[in-house]
Amino acid sequence: MLVVENLTVEFPGRHGVFTAVEGVSMTVAPGEIHGLVGESGAGKSTIGAAVIGLLQPPGRIAAGRLRLGQTDLRALSPAQAHRIRGKRISMIFQDPQTSLNPLMTIEDQLIETIVAHEDIGTAAARARAIALLEEIGIENAASRIGAFPHQFSGGMRQRVVIALALCTNPELIIADEPTTALDVAVQSQVLALLRRLADTRGIGFILITHDIGVIAQITDRVTVLRGGRVMEAGPTAQVLGRPGHPYTRALMAAVPRLDRRLERFLLPAVEGDAPVAVPVAGEAGADYAAEWLLSGLRHADAGPALEIDGLAVRFKGTRTSLFHAPPPYVALSDIRLTVQPGTVLGVVGESGSGKSTLARAIVGLVNPAAGEMRFGGAALPYGRVRGRRHPVRRAIQMVFQDPYSSLNSRHRIGDILAEPLMVYGIERDPAERRRIARAMLALVGLAPDAIERYPHQFSGGQRQRIAVARALLARPSFLICDEPTSALDVSIQAQVLNLLKDLQSRFGLTILFISHNLAVVRQMADDVVVLKAGRIVEAGPSEAFFAAPSHPYSVELLRLTPSLALLEGAA
Amino acid sequence: MLARLWQSDGLWLFRRSPAALLAALVAVLMLGGAVLAPWLAPSNPYDLTTFDLFDGLLPPIWQGGDARFVLGTDDQGRDMVSAILYGARLSLLIGFSAMAIATVLGVSIGVAAGYWGGRFDAVVMRIADVQLALPAILTALLIDGIARGLLPREMHDDLRVSVLVLAIALSLWVNFARTARASTFVERRKDYVEAAIIMGQHPLRIMARHILPNILGPLLVIMTVDLAAAILLEATLSFLGIGLPADSPSLGTLIRIGMQFLLSGEWWILWMPTLFLVALVVSINLLGDFLRDVFNPRLR
Repeated sequence: MLVVENLTVEFPGRHGVFTAVEGVSMTVAPGEIHGLVGESGAGKSTIGAAVIGLLQPPGRIAAGRLRLGQTDLRALSPAQAHRIRGKRISMIFQDPQTSLNPLMTIEDQLIETIVAHEDIGTAAARARAIALLEEIGIENAASRIGAFPHQFSGGMRQRVVIALALCTNPELIIADEPTTALDVAVQSQVLALLRRLADTRGIGFILITHDIGVIAQITDRVTVLRGGRVMEAGPTAQVLGRPGHPYTRALMAAVPRLDRRLERFLLPAVEGDAPVAVPVAGEAGADYAAEWLLSGLRHADAGPALEIDGLAVRFKGTRTSLFHAPPPYVALSDIRLTVQPGTVLGVVGESGSGKSTLARAIVGLVNPAAGEMRFGGAALPYGRVRGRRHPVRRAIQMVFQDPYSSLNSRHRIGDILAEPLMVYGIERDPAERRRIARAMLALVGLAPDAIERYPHQFSGGQRQRIAVARALLARPSFLICDEPTSALDVSIQAQVLNLLKDLQSRFGLTILFISHNLAVVRQMADDVVVLKAGRIVEAGPSEAFFAAPSHPYSVELLRLTPSLALLEGAA
Repeated sequence: MLARLWQSDGLWLFRRSPAALLAALVAVLMLGGAVLAPWLAPSNPYDLTTFDLFDGLLPPIWQGGDARFVLGTDDQGRDMVSAILYGARLSLLIGFSAMAIATVLGVSIGVAAGYWGGRFDAVVMRIADVQLALPAILTALLIDGIARGLLPREMHDDLRVSVLVLAIALSLWVNFARTARASTFVERRKDYVEAAIIMGQHPLRIMARHILPNILGPLLVIMTVDLAAAILLEATLSFLGIGLPADSPSLGTLIRIGMQFLLSGEWWILWMPTLFLVALVVSINLLGDFLRDVFNPRLR
C-alpha cells in the first residue's frame, strides 16, 4: 500500500546541508504495523513527516519515491496533499495534552474533522463520532462526547486522538511515539487498541518509537534506523530474535532486562563509531578525583541511613467554592521506609504516584504536613525550617530527570562544577577547585577540557554525567536520582546506569533511585518500594520482589511492562 | 573571542537582515553625532555670542540659504545642524539615564516578585498596576512640583534634567518589572534553580547569578524599545513645556519652538528636528524588533 523507495530528506542550513534521512526504503501493507525504531536523531519522525507531507521548512525531500496505493505523494500540489492528509493518511502525536484543542469539546473536534473531509450533515457526523468513540473503548460515548479534553485522563485523551485519526477512514496512520507520555498500564491498552484496529479495519500503521519493548509487543515488521540510514529491516520476530546487524544487537543489549539483573550493561562497539568516553582507570585525573572523594568520605561518619516514618505531604486543593476551603490534595501519606547505608533503594510508581514529591520532601523543596525524617540518626528538619547552612544540604545530593534544565545554560561547566566546592566551603583555593573539577570530569568519563564549555555543547547523556559530577563534588554520602535516565536514549541510559553502579560500588554511596521503569530499577536497586497514589503498596528486597511480587498492583505493573523476553520465547 | 562573536547565530542573522543593518547604521550615526556634538557641530547653540540675528530664518542650502548653515537657521540665527546635534545629545542623555534607572528598578523588583511570589508579589505588582494607570505627564508634573516645593529656587533650573529623568524612569519601570517577573516565574521552576536552592545558596545570589543571566534576552528587547519610548516621552514633555527650558534645547524643545514657524513658511525649523527624532526612534525600534526575533527562535 505505502511504498517508500530511497527516500532522502535534507535540511539546508547555515552550516551546509544536513541529511536527516538517507536512502530509506520501506513498505507498509494494509493491516500491517510497521515499526520504525532508533535513538534520537535517527530520522524516525522525519520519515513520518515526509510521508504525510508536513516536513518543517527548510527541510525537503531531495530524492526517492513515495507512493500510497496508486498516488505518487511527491507529485501532489499543496492543495491535493492537503486533501489527502486526514482523508487517506492520519497522524497520532506523542502528547495527548497538546494534540487536542483545549477550548473545543471532543464532539466539535471530531465533527469538524469528519465534515471537512466528507459531504455529510452534522447529525450524521455526530452519530459516526459516537460510534467511533464506542469502538475505541470509551464508555457512555453519547454523553461524554460533549466533554472537553481536560475532563479525560491521559489514556482516554490518547484514545480520542486515535478516534480523530480514524474518523475519516484513512488507509494509513502514522503514530509518532503514541505511548511515550503514558504509564505502562495505559500504554498496553493503547497498543492493544492499535493492534485491534490494524486487524479489524485493515489500516496500515507506521509506529515510530524509541522503545524496543513496544516494537516487540505489537509490530509485524520493523526497520532499525540510525543516523538517517536503515541498519536492519524485516519481520519483527526475525530482526529482534536473531539480530543480524551489530547496531541492533547493541541496542538490544542496552535495554534493561526485567527478568534478570546484570552487573554491567554491555556496550559493544558499533563499527564506524567514535569510541565512547568511558572512565580510564590509569588516567591521573580520575584517580585524583577518586582519592579526593574517598578522603572526604573517611572524615564522615560511616554511612548514615535515611529513615522516614509517617511522612505525609498535602498540597492545596483546587478551590471550587468561594466560601469553603478546598480539601487538600494528598500527594503522600503515611510513608515509612528506611534506606540502609551503602545500598540502593528503588522507588517505582506511575506518574502522579508521589515519587518525585518524596524526593522533594527529603531535599527540602516541599514541606511535609506530618511525619519524621531521620538522617544518620539525627532528625532532618522540614524544608521550611532547614537552615541554609544545614550540613545535610551537602550530604544529600540530587540528580534531576531532565539534564537540559538542571544545568544553568549561561554558566560554563567549570563554574557549575566549582559551585558546590565554593558554596559548601569545601575548597577555598580557586585553582584547586578547577583541578578537582577537571579530575571529577575525568571520573565521570568526560574530557577534562569540557570545563571551558557551556552545557548546550553537550548531548543529553554527557550533561547527565556533568550533573552527576556536580552532585559528587559536594562529597555526598546520599544521592537521590529522580528518573535520571528517562530523558535519555537506551544506549546512553546504559552508560549512565553503568556509571552510577561503578560510583556506588567504589564509594559506597547510598542511593534513592526513582524511576517509572521497572526494568531499570531491577538493574539498580537492592530494595524496592512501590508507590501508588501516594501510599506504599509493597516494599522489600529487590530480588524477592521481582521473583514474586505480592501486591496485585505490583503484579499488574510487572505484567504490563513491555519486555523482550516474550519475543525470545517465541523465536 | 571576536571571531566566535562574529560566527554567532545572532550576528549571522544580523548580517542577513537589511532592515536591521540600515537601522543600526542610522542609529550609530545619530548616536555618534550626538556624542561628538561639541567637536562636530559648526557652532555652539548655547553660546549666545556665536550667532548673529542677521543670520536669522535662513532656509536650508538647497533652497538658497547660506553655505555656513546647511539646514538653515532659526529666528535667533542659530544653526539648525548644531541645534539638532546638541538637542539629540540632551535627549539621548535623558533617554539612556531614564532607561538605565527604569531597568535597574524594574528588574530588581520584578525578579524579586517572581522569585518570592505570594504576598510580596501581589503587593508590588499592584503598585506597578497603579503606576501604569498614571500618565507620564502627571508623574512628571508631580515630581516637578515636589522638587520645586522642597528645594531652594536657585536650584530649580539645574534640577530640570534630573526631574525629567526621574519622571520618565518612573513611568517605564513597570514594563521591566512585568517582563522580569514573568520570566523569573518560568525559570524559578527549572531544575537548575532548584538545585541551587537545595544547595542552600543565598536567594540574592540565586537571583543575580542564576536567574538574571537566563532572562536577559527579553529584557534586552524591552531596553531598546523603552529607550525609544523614553526619548519620545522626553520630547513630549519638553514639547508641552513641562520638560526643559528653551535655552537648553532638546529635540522636544526644538520641535516646540519650530511649531511657531509652521504657518509662516519657515518649515525647516520644525521639520528638521522632527525628522531626526522620527528616524532615531524608528531605527531603535527596528533594532528592538530584530533582537526580539533573535531571542525568539519560534519566530524565525
